[in-house]
Amino acid sequence: MSHVEVMTGNRAASTAACLARPEVIAAYPITPQSSVVEDISKAIAVGKLDALISEVESEHSAMSVLEGATLGGVRTFSATSSQGLAFMYEPYFRASTLRLPIVMAIANREMISPQTLWASAQDSLSVRDAGWIQYYVENNQEILDTILQAFRVAEDKRVLLPINICYDGFYLSHMSERVDVPDQSEVDAFLPQCYKPEHIYLDPDRPMAVDPLTNGDLLMEYRQKHLEAQQRALTVIEEVSENFCNLFGRHWDGCVEAYKINYNTKGAIITLGSMTGAAREAIDRLQSEGLSIGLIKIRVVRPFPKTELRELLSGIKAVGVVDRNVCFGWNTGIIYQEVLAAISSSPSIIHQPFIAGLGGEDITIEMFETAARQVVALAQKKDGPRDQETIWLRSVSEEVDE
Amino acid sequence: MSHNYVAPVGVEGIYIIKTGKWRTQHPVLVEDKCVKCGKCFMFCPVGAIKRENDRYRIDLEYCKGCGICSHECPTKAIKMVGEEGK
Repeated sequence: MSHVEVMTGNRAASTAACLARPEVIAAYPITPQSSVVEDISKAIAVGKLDALISEVESEHSAMSVLEGATLGGVRTFSATSSQGLAFMYEPYFRASTLRLPIVMAIANREMISPQTLWASAQDSLSVRDAGWIQYYVENNQEILDTILQAFRVAEDKRVLLPINICYDGFYLSHMSERVDVPDQSEVDAFLPQCYKPEHIYLDPDRPMAVDPLTNGDLLMEYRQKHLEAQQRALTVIEEVSENFCNLFGRHWDGCVEAYKINYNTKGAIITLGSMTGAAREAIDRLQSEGLSIGLIKIRVVRPFPKTELRELLSGIKAVGVVDRNVCFGWNTGIIYQEVLAAISSSPSIIHQPFIAGLGGEDITIEMFETAARQVVALAQKKDGPRDQETIWLRSVSEEVDE
Repeated sequence: MSHNYVAPVGVEGIYIIKTGKWRTQHPVLVEDKCVKCGKCFMFCPVGAIKRENDRYRIDLEYCKGCGICSHECPTKAIKMVGEEGK
């Protein structure tokens, strides 16, 4: 039988990691992730988890250790945030291009400068094109459940890719919530220790050169296969999500969740991560006023679920994307650009970018109401430009009259 | 070149880049002058010189033609010869 605990997001991440029984963990402390690996360290010290934890001198080394361990054929786990992820960038890219099924939690933290500790997906979204699969989750239960799912997806022979489970620093990492913790036996049944590397490995009995100097023609072959594996992951993510639901009774809707959207809905707000909770409240309020507005939570950014998103938006007149990050050079957020690429074949949808919550600023229900009303107004327009200028959602008290 | 591997590995059928193709000159070992001192073997920066049955053999698939072996050879037993057409 599973049991209920009150725990922080970091605790949910470490609990999930321990339940998955990784054999090697390597990490370097960084706020707001640190307590994830502190907890795992403790679990090993008291004999609850039989694993090796490598206390390395940097994130660059942490990822390199995991690569060697995964090549040796064991399950591995790590966690990081912002500058740590940035310092890890070179081996981070190698983990995906060597097709190693590493699972790493990211407690999202804004990138400096200015010096900051608080939430923004700027860190992980900035490396969205490094070949990893990236989930973005909304609450602590989803952190635990998705880490378990991630090991299944990563090790699937159709995928063989590393995976990030990204969650907002402090909003989730340090906030306590009710979390249903499955039993070890249930997790063992869902996640058997069956990863046997056959595509790339370090094994004295089967010698091979790993990552040799490779010409462009062969490199293109590997890239093409890597991109195809990303696309296959869309199916595998959905399958694993269904399978998880059958065993544990919780469904997280695979790559995209539609909230209160039907064939009649005229407007939609798109969110990522923990902000979705406040957005749900705002949508409830506006629907009770009779406004035609629904919500779409993007759960997987890599691979990007373009087909599913297009279908959900097929009857929509206007869509607003709320980004807790920025896309330099486009004067919008990053997810807005991703959505735009996905709906480029739907010429009638009006799209509105919003930027909010940078550096851990609260994205309030009222801000979502403002955003949603703007989208509803756009949905009623008969003509006008499809693309709108970015609206910055900032708290009223901060505003200075000019 | 198409194959079944999804990650960059060097196993039978998929080989490391043959750096010998980069060469503009290649070494020729004159066996009569060779005193088997092994200096060329020690100095070759890419490990393209092999020791086989007390003789030295230069692997021209990987030799980049840098000429260090020729420069170091105490008996001038290794000559560098230009590649045709390069």
